[in-house]
Amino acid sequence: MNLLWLQSAGCGGCTMSLLCAEDPNVFDLMADGGIEFLWHPSFSEATGAEVTRLLAAIEAGEQTLDVLAVEGSIVTGPKGTGRYHMLAGTGRSMLDWVRALAPLARDVVAVGTCAAYGGVTSAGGNPAGATGLQYEGQLAGGALPPSFRARSGRPVINIAGCPTHPGWVAETLLLMAEDRLSEADLDDFGRPRLYTDHLVHHACTKNEFYEYKASATKLSEMGCMMEHLGCVGTQAVGDCNIRGWNGEGSCTRAGYPCIACTAPEFEEPNHPFTETPTIAGIPIGLPSDMPKAWFMALASLSKAATPRRIGVNAVSDRIRVPPGAKRNSK
Amino acid sequence: MTRKLLVGPFNRVEGDLEIRLDIRDDAVASAQVNSPLFRGFEMMLAGKDPRDALTIVPRICGICSISQSAAAALALGQAAGVTPTPQGARATAILHAVENLADHVTHFALFFMPDFARPAYAGRDWHGPAVERFTAMQGSAARQLTEGRAQLLHITGMLAGKWPHTLAIQPGGVTKAPDARDRVRILSTLRSFRRTLEATIFGAKLEDYAALTTLSDLYGWTTGDAALFLRIAADLGLAASGQGPRRYLSAGAYPQGAQRLTRAGLLDHGTLKPFDPTQITEDLSHAWMLGETAHPAQGQTVPDEDMRADAYSWCKAPRLGGQVVECGALARQAVDGHPLALALADEGGVRARVAARLLEIARTQIWLEEAAQALDPSAIFLEPFTLPKSGQGVGLVEAARGTLGHWLRIEKGRIASYQIVAPTTWNFSPRDAQGLPGALEAALVGAPVAEGEETPLSVQHIVRSFDPCMVCTVH
Repeated sequence: MNLLWLQSAGCGGCTMSLLCAEDPNVFDLMADGGIEFLWHPSFSEATGAEVTRLLAAIEAGEQTLDVLAVEGSIVTGPKGTGRYHMLAGTGRSMLDWVRALAPLARDVVAVGTCAAYGGVTSAGGNPAGATGLQYEGQLAGGALPPSFRARSGRPVINIAGCPTHPGWVAETLLLMAEDRLSEADLDDFGRPRLYTDHLVHHACTKNEFYEYKASATKLSEMGCMMEHLGCVGTQAVGDCNIRGWNGEGSCTRAGYPCIACTAPEFEEPNHPFTETPTIAGIPIGLPSDMPKAWFMALASLSKAATPRRIGVNAVSDRIRVPPGAKRNSK
Repeated sequence: MTRKLLVGPFNRVEGDLEIRLDIRDDAVASAQVNSPLFRGFEMMLAGKDPRDALTIVPRICGICSISQSAAAALALGQAAGVTPTPQGARATAILHAVENLADHVTHFALFFMPDFARPAYAGRDWHGPAVERFTAMQGSAARQLTEGRAQLLHITGMLAGKWPHTLAIQPGGVTKAPDARDRVRILSTLRSFRRTLEATIFGAKLEDYAALTTLSDLYGWTTGDAALFLRIAADLGLAASGQGPRRYLSAGAYPQGAQRLTRAGLLDHGTLKPFDPTQITEDLSHAWMLGETAHPAQGQTVPDEDMRADAYSWCKAPRLGGQVVECGALARQAVDGHPLALALADEGGVRARVAARLLEIARTQIWLEEAAQALDPSAIFLEPFTLPKSGQGVGLVEAARGTLGHWLRIEKGRIASYQIVAPTTWNFSPRDAQGLPGALEAALVGAPVAEGEETPLSVQHIVRSFDPCMVCTVH
């Protein structure tokens, strides 16, 4: 399975993240899985004229294209021209290139939240007119129309994440190389369910604090960050706390909130990222699949039942009271 | 004979780059460097809660992400009157140094060296080893160093949750207080990375390379991929090619209290002067930007939607006291006064930039081991902060590629202005109103171009020797 990777209007961080793939390294991982890079902007030898010839050959149908992978949003400005991002050396906008190449590919993959939905590149007033490949935020239809289908008949496959996890990209591509990724393996926003069937909440190391609603009041405290610090890990899709990042890491393990970077429009939460908005003291954005009254009733019960160990540790920057019968007896 | 070349897509640089060349008598007569992507981060930030900058600015760049976080944290801290706790500053510096180290290794193994494995160099006596070690995506060094880098970045997983794009770095320190177990794991990871570096790039103890003092010492270096590079550089004349402006800027890397681990300054043709950030201006004459030349504290970002014909890049042209400067590892090490780096700064070309980056790899690894050793798990790592309704702050840091500055103004509790000058904004700027070309534009003049070459190899070596980050450049 060959693959052409284009970097559109993004930060390049999804490529940098992919380079963090381990067991084995990304180059062996791809080659062993039968994935051949026709060209990648950070990894390949070819540059300049060698690349423009390759693009021309694909466009002319002389070179078959299995996978078009796009990293970064597609900018449409100024004034709908796409000229905020001209693909160097070609005199054509990336918007134009993506529209030309996508129908020729067996499958189209959006790598990262920018390519999928616009992402951070569309934050604020979206000065560059950034959009995703097949979504603009939550709305279907981006640089490509909602009806777009690649040669396989599949829509754009959105490996969303900011950055996206190297495992998510690798496993999606490896499944595609075996032709074992069907539309049924994608969720409602076109994301591979191999990672979106999980919530960031799953295996979060703060889960015991969550059970008692023992909350951190400021960053660096160990308690649950849902009540005060803007954490939306109970609603955000991703297996971040199951598989870990860069070894054993995750956002919540490092003491800062999940901001749902796998979701469309995460870049504009309508409140500061590290602050939970409340209505009459009740955090808005409680777990979406639980009746609110039940949640509140259980929360007040569990708060009242909070053991001292959990209450003290929740507002400490390290374990002050370890588990153990003797210390917990008071 | 004259001809024109349009070079792009220019890969194995971070982000998008296009270069226009006028070729006369088989050499580059003049060059125009275009950063062809505009996203508008400075505009996005205006009107936001200032704390949100810590989430948004790292996402300017996937390779200098922690540098962007560190600059924003400093700027916000200055506005709030908060400084990191001593151990918070140490943890921030460890994270930042790990990113810079990883970036230097990525540059050497994946971006710069693969050009020497090209078939165009077949027949050179070093081509065989270059192919074996550095062929893109296949060379043994590319694989070893990519694996080593991924393991090194476990330190960012442990201290900052993930890389890139962490929210762990705050004005008052870091959100994660490492415990005793984290500390020994970080030390183990560093020892393992040292083994990788000593088995590959250096072929010897890091301390031996860091102890080199003269150019003749350097040229006598016989081990590892460093020796392979030096052999190639001698054969291809890379010492003389790609001459920079010989004005080297560093803001000083890794703040620790009032001190910085490396010295700040401007090394102007061998004379060290203080770096005065008030002397910075951004010229818009050849950028698709509207407005006047201004200091970043007063600057604006208003893109020229009509892309007027007398401009050619989205990149503004920063100048220091009206002059072009070069920043990066060579500048940082030379300003810091390392004797080998001072000699390399005087050499001033492709070889100097790459050899100084290797020097910085060795010195950064050695410093990281000391810094991690001195992590104190009993300390406080984060001081809370409260932002004023109005105020301002500046954050100057050293990213892998050079000096990065953030200028922030807060009014009515919101970001009123946020201006960023990134390392490659300095190095790859377009011309200014005086017609002065940017550092790369000048460095390309004289680069040899063989008949029939469409993407001249000499130009590729010069461009990549700067290790540009184009996504930061315009942001």
